[in-house]
Amino acid sequence: MSITPSITSGGDGDTKRLMAAGSWTAANANLLEPLIDAAASKTAGEPSLLIDMAGVTQFDTYGACLLKRLQQARSARNEATGITALQGRFEELFSEVQETPPGAAAREQKAGSLRSAFEFLGRATIGFGHDLFALAEMLGLLCRSVVRVMANPRAFRLTSTTYHIDRVGWQAVPIIVLITFLIGCIIAQQGFFHFRKFGADAYVVDMVGILILREIGVLLVAIMVAGRSGSSYTAELGSMKMREEIDALRTMGLDPIDVLVLPRVLALVIALPILTFIGSMAALYGGGLVANLYGGMSPDIYIARLKEAISVTHFQVGMIKAPFMALVIGIVACAQGFQVKGSAESLGRQTTNAVVKSIFLVIVLDGLFAIFFASIDM
Amino acid sequence: MSEPIIHVRDLVVGFGDRVVLDHVSVDVMGGEIFGFVGGSGSGKSVLLRTIIGLLAVRGGSIEVLGTRLDTASGSERRAIERRWGILFQQGALFSSLTALQNVQFPMREYLHISPRLMDEMAAAKLEMVGIRAVDHNKFPAELSGGMTKRVALARALALDPELVFLDEPTSGLDPIAAGDFDELIRTLQKTLGLTVFMITHDLDSLYTVCDRIGVLADGRVVAVGGISTILASPHPWVQAYFRGRRATIVQSRIANRTS
Ligand SMILES: Nc1ncnc2c1ncn2[C@@H]1O[C@H](COP(=O)(O)OP(=O)(O)O)[C@@H](O)[C@H]1O
Ligand SMILES: [Mg+2]
Repeated sequence: MSITPSITSGGDGDTKRLMAAGSWTAANANLLEPLIDAAASKTAGEPSLLIDMAGVTQFDTYGACLLKRLQQARSARNEATGITALQGRFEELFSEVQETPPGAAAREQKAGSLRSAFEFLGRATIGFGHDLFALAEMLGLLCRSVVRVMANPRAFRLTSTTYHIDRVGWQAVPIIVLITFLIGCIIAQQGFFHFRKFGADAYVVDMVGILILREIGVLLVAIMVAGRSGSSYTAELGSMKMREEIDALRTMGLDPIDVLVLPRVLALVIALPILTFIGSMAALYGGGLVANLYGGMSPDIYIARLKEAISVTHFQVGMIKAPFMALVIGIVACAQGFQVKGSAESLGRQTTNAVVKSIFLVIVLDGLFAIFFASIDM
Repeated sequence: MSEPIIHVRDLVVGFGDRVVLDHVSVDVMGGEIFGFVGGSGSGKSVLLRTIIGLLAVRGGSIEVLGTRLDTASGSERRAIERRWGILFQQGALFSSLTALQNVQFPMREYLHISPRLMDEMAAAKLEMVGIRAVDHNKFPAELSGGMTKRVALARALALDPELVFLDEPTSGLDPIAAGDFDELIRTLQKTLGLTVFMITHDLDSLYTVCDRIGVLADGRVVAVGGISTILASPHPWVQAYFRGRRATIVQSRIANRTS
């Protein structure tokens, strides 16, 4: 049914004639376009031209647009173009297409690579500033919300908070236990393997105990929670933002911070220390298991050594950090969620951002705490 | 009006133990605007989604553009999909592409044409549905409800299909915008020679643009035909819908306009 389109010059008389034929349709647009461009350049210099469309059997908007392109190319050179013998409906279609304003929308211009590199740098710097501002704003809103809830405890959303504690705390226990247990095993194994060379087996327990209680336990758990719960917070709030659910809350006189953010952040602040405790215990257990099976150290000796090596201070250092890390994760995740714009792509980007930034900030915070504890001799 | 473009026979569709469509038969002729009405939740969207192959069929047959879709192979089906365009109830524009890129998307997938022609075509399509050049590079989140529907229509028409499915194209628009949209569909149908399958609640659309109307109630098609045939149907839902107070007002207004 579809016939290859063609444009041939022909006819007689003083005006030049082009005979068009075939199917001028979307499927043939790739063949027709070069023909049109060739015709436009070949007829340059002809003051008037008649295009005979009698042979055209099929004609759609693609054909019409290309015909219009030929006509425009010629009229830009002040040359007249007549079109005849367009059949019934095709005529209407062509006049419909002719009514649309000429010229395509401008493509976005690609800047030079150096310029775009600078532009990127500038935008990234400004973006960083905006991010800090958004975090500070979220922290402020959260504090205001806490004050409001303290003044009026009935406004506190207990159900929502317990629901989120269940999700980010209780349901995370199995995976946290598994991972920290394995890390505990690995640290102990590496310790025995390397310390054995200079007969320092006994100090492996010191290393495992201090490292896990002070640093690894809380850091590992915080990073896992950022990946697991922070990302879901951002995705939830972001998709609510996209569907105007947050605006709906606001118009009902409810503050989205009270309703959505406070329960989520509070749940994290409660859950993360608990998870840290559970995770640290699992890691110590893993270390003990490896000490027994690989290092040949009986459980009694392991526990006795551990008792000597660590003090409550080490445990406290780890646990004090946990709620602050939870706060950072929660605030970053919620702030990123509120920054989601209308598109699915932006939801994905903000979710990635939330995870990357909260992990980065958790590590920075850990460094600051290390300096702090060192200076107060803890 | 030639042979049927859509030919549905004894279609049965359900979810779990609930049967939504119970032996539905519909024919849509070439070159007509077929309006489809029914109460909310009566299964209109389900019928549309079944015809275009998004939902599984329990029984019956569907033939579109001369091809049995329930038995068609993958490549036959894709060939048919190129020949129809669909306007979803919510627009379903790709949120991370601009209006122009949304319209170009099917072109990019199916046609091997130059970027310049693609730009020209997408701009022309958007102009044809009444989207001005300033809005061509906006993202769906920045468009109003009416504009979203227009862009979605432009995307449905991107490949110059022979058949378009419209799911409630005028719902959510103000009466003037809805009237414009009806006119647009009429014009496009005439100039492009389209066949239109339109689900609608809009009495105005039913009276002014639809050549034939089908009514879905209780999981069946209870009346098919021109507006006068429908008005003569004794089915209680049809009576309530077309003889209700709002319908009477619309009717008298249209009578005034035509006289
Ligand atoms: N994916 C689905 N799963 C279960 N039930 C559905 C699904 N889609 C639609 N339904 C049901 O089918 C019925 C018809 O829905 P629909 O066709 O969307 O109604 P409408 O006629 O308003 O477009 C409704 O009762 C709806 O609950
Ligand atoms: Mg519907």
